Amino acid sequence: MYVAAKGGEKAIRHAHALLAKRRRGKTNLPSITLQQIAGQLTLAVDRVMAEGSLYDTELAALAVKQARGDLIEAIFLIRAFRTTLPRFGATIPLDTAQMLVRRRVSATYKDLPGGQLLGPTFDYTHRLLDTSLGVERECSEVDDQASAADASRLPSEPVAMPRVTDLLGQEGLIEASPEDTGEEPFDITRAPVSFPVDRSTRLQTLARGDEGYLLALGYSTQRGYARSHPFVGEIRFGDVEVMFEAPELGFAVSLGRVQVTECQMVNQFKGSAEVPPQFTRGYGLVFGQCERKAMSMALVERALRWKELGEEPGAPAQDEEFVLSHCDNVQATGFVEHLKLPHYVDFQAELDLVRRMRAEHEAQMKEAAE
Amino acid sequence: MNAPLLATGTTSTTGAMPEIRYNFAYLDEQTKRMIRRAILKAIAIPGYQVPFAAREMPMPYGWGTGGVQVTAAVLGPDDVLKVIDQGADDTTNAVAIRGFFEKTARVATTTVTTQATVIQTRHRIPETALSENQILVYQVPIPEPLRFLEPRETETRQLHALAEYGLMHVKLYEDIARHGHIATTYAYPVEVAGRYVMDPSPIPKFDNPKMDDCPALQLFGAGREKRIYAIPPHTRVRSLDFEDHPFKVQRFAKPCALCAATGVYLDEVILDDRGGRMFVCSDTDYCNTRQAQGHVGELGVPGGGFPQNAVMPGRNSGIHDVPPSHPVQDVDPRVKPGDDGISGGTPPAGMTREGTI
Amino acid sequence: MSVQTLAAGFQDNVLESQSVFRAAMDAMARPGRVVPLVCALAPPAPLNAEAAALVLALCDYETPLWLDARLAAEPAVAEFLRFHTGAAIVAEPMAARFALVAEPLEMPEFSAFAPGTPDYPDASVTLILQVSGFAGAGWALQGPGIKGETRFGAAPLPHDFTARMAANRALFPLGVDLLLAGAGGVVGLPRSVTVREG
Repeated sequence: MYVAAKGGEKAIRHAHALLAKRRRGKTNLPSITLQQIAGQLTLAVDRVMAEGSLYDTELAALAVKQARGDLIEAIFLIRAFRTTLPRFGATIPLDTAQMLVRRRVSATYKDLPGGQLLGPTFDYTHRLLDTSLGVERECSEVDDQASAADASRLPSEPVAMPRVTDLLGQEGLIEASPEDTGEEPFDITRAPVSFPVDRSTRLQTLARGDEGYLLALGYSTQRGYARSHPFVGEIRFGDVEVMFEAPELGFAVSLGRVQVTECQMVNQFKGSAEVPPQFTRGYGLVFGQCERKAMSMALVERALRWKELGEEPGAPAQDEEFVLSHCDNVQATGFVEHLKLPHYVDFQAELDLVRRMRAEHEAQMKEAAE
Repeated sequence: MNAPLLATGTTSTTGAMPEIRYNFAYLDEQTKRMIRRAILKAIAIPGYQVPFAAREMPMPYGWGTGGVQVTAAVLGPDDVLKVIDQGADDTTNAVAIRGFFEKTARVATTTVTTQATVIQTRHRIPETALSENQILVYQVPIPEPLRFLEPRETETRQLHALAEYGLMHVKLYEDIARHGHIATTYAYPVEVAGRYVMDPSPIPKFDNPKMDDCPALQLFGAGREKRIYAIPPHTRVRSLDFEDHPFKVQRFAKPCALCAATGVYLDEVILDDRGGRMFVCSDTDYCNTRQAQGHVGELGVPGGGFPQNAVMPGRNSGIHDVPPSHPVQDVDPRVKPGDDGISGGTPPAGMTREGTI
Repeated sequence: MSVQTLAAGFQDNVLESQSVFRAAMDAMARPGRVVPLVCALAPPAPLNAEAAALVLALCDYETPLWLDARLAAEPAVAEFLRFHTGAAIVAEPMAARFALVAEPLEMPEFSAFAPGTPDYPDASVTLILQVSGFAGAGWALQGPGIKGETRFGAAPLPHDFTARMAANRALFPLGVDLLLAGAGGVVGLPRSVTVREG
């Protein structure tokens, strides 16, 4: 038996038709292609892949297009697709020391093995609107220059570019990076999180967390709310090989390359009874080129480690349950926006209560006056 | 090239993108098993919130993802599904969720409560008594009854483990001290099978008594908060109260304006900007059924002129009362739908009729 | 044993898993009631079809599975279950989320299995006991899911079954949950149930 629903169904249908029309915009203009989005709105696509936690530029471009440029909506689309994918296992940890580096800067050393590599960055651009971009067909000079730069910068074999933290580590000046135990990391998409969390849960949650939220929290640590004296040891962006060890093969195979941004913050640590004074790490790793996010993540990650490092708690960015429970923008947007759903049953109950309390109040006032 | 993209994550690089196909009821089988295991444990430990790895659904968190996952895990091809939001089948979100299951599970759907085998609901329990062959799935935004008293999960988990519910009683008692009665009107906490204190989801407290000794299985899904809990059939569900301040439910001073039902939960509908309003059943199926049976309310039309799911009555209803100061009252929860209490004869002791529309 | 000679799993994994789960859910929600469980599985002996169906419907790589001595003595059983579910077969009962018992008379104490923790009472085992039938009405049951009182019988069950169930009930909200499978049906005995003799 099928019972046709009424009013609501028609309204929804019409709303969706309108949405499709608005998304398409003026039909006398060509529809934007996924190649254009993936090729020209790369940072939007990167953010969607990072917070959608799915590395697929074409699907991310599709999501950006379908979401009319609303990146949180695009992230949501990617997440809903991602959740239906089977999970085959965990890859071997990425070796970012072997990254094919496209950009690498360190704030702690003037020069270092591998050098500073500015790469494609907004840094040092003058933020002046460039009206020459307003034409449909841009000068091909840009292409030529860029590809020349790319070609000169991207050798087919990775050049040795040791991580700053590794250099510090040789002197024992910085805490050791946690050992790879070979254990499968906790998967926040496959098991419910309970507090307190381990490192893998913390990093995963932050890696898919909202960029704006982490930016604000990271910023707060710089303003005295969990101050940790950070230095950018290094930010690097480039291509890393993803290796997977299939149990039936017995050896690792390459699944391909992904682009990631890694940020290692170097923070002060006074030492303790067991540990001599040394630097500590805050770690950030994000799909694509998402420097702001990687840096913010590193700041917050470090702030969340207050307990193991024997620091004073109290700042918002140190509150693990608060920070990690609220950093997912798909969850946040859903729950905030659900307030626009009908609530008239509960409102009726509240309405009644307020009316009753007002009546009681009035009666009391009357009584008092008599 | 156009082979369906069955959750492989691969995409073509040129031309049309492959079609994406999803499993029966959207969720993959491993996810369903995980949810099903959580449901079994939830039933075994009535009222306890079982953590589960809620998946990201193609609808926003807070819009019923928990209920949808529970329904998807439970639903079979022979089920008949009813979806209500605020008691109504045609509210937009109910329509969207019903459409989701029609599309992904191709199950039969209905608006008739008695025909449904699975009812997914947001904020109401149907007025029609449920039967043993039915499953009621609640959408839950905040499953933790103690959450607004203690925001930390680490703390509330402890409190449940120790059955330490003093905090909740203090809160309710503070209400009484301040207002002379408990000021919680919906999501009113209950104690299940004498052990766990549970959030019944934001149903009006009017509906709480229906949970007690209910012949249907009641399942609760909170997607964003990743919790599933349950009340088995015929389980004692007690709304928290005090000996000197027993639990009471709302009771409306007037019957439904369309079907004349009493002892049911009503929505207030504003008819104009001069104080004109009417009260109609929030449960549209209940209201329509009564109208079809020939019950006519004050503003109804014989034969059911205003099927609630279609159109609301026009504006010239002719009633422009002053807003009622007190159209709803609290009564003993044993009053069941259809009982003719207030609008009929003498109001029960302690209740007044002032303020009726 | 090669994959070719393995007994088949569900014909239609999606729909059969669903109907077997629904039977298990109904059974758990209505303790003592024999819920029909129809399936066409022909698992290697001594595993019975009903218990096999429950495992196939509920277990996977996330649920360590324990087999009693009688089932463990037949490698084909573990082979069959591992192939169709991906579940790890564990030797330590305490590590199991599901435990499959072909010989209830010989089974270990309930206390050998995980009862959950005060914070997470759901982190407990579900025991699947193979029975040959649900005859008799030897026990009276009360608790959530039961209107008033209901009677129930099944065999074989441990000799000290009533005492075990009483001890299990006393642990509530911790405890183990039971599914009795066989003779075309399944019966649920969650930890919330009170079992009385006579």
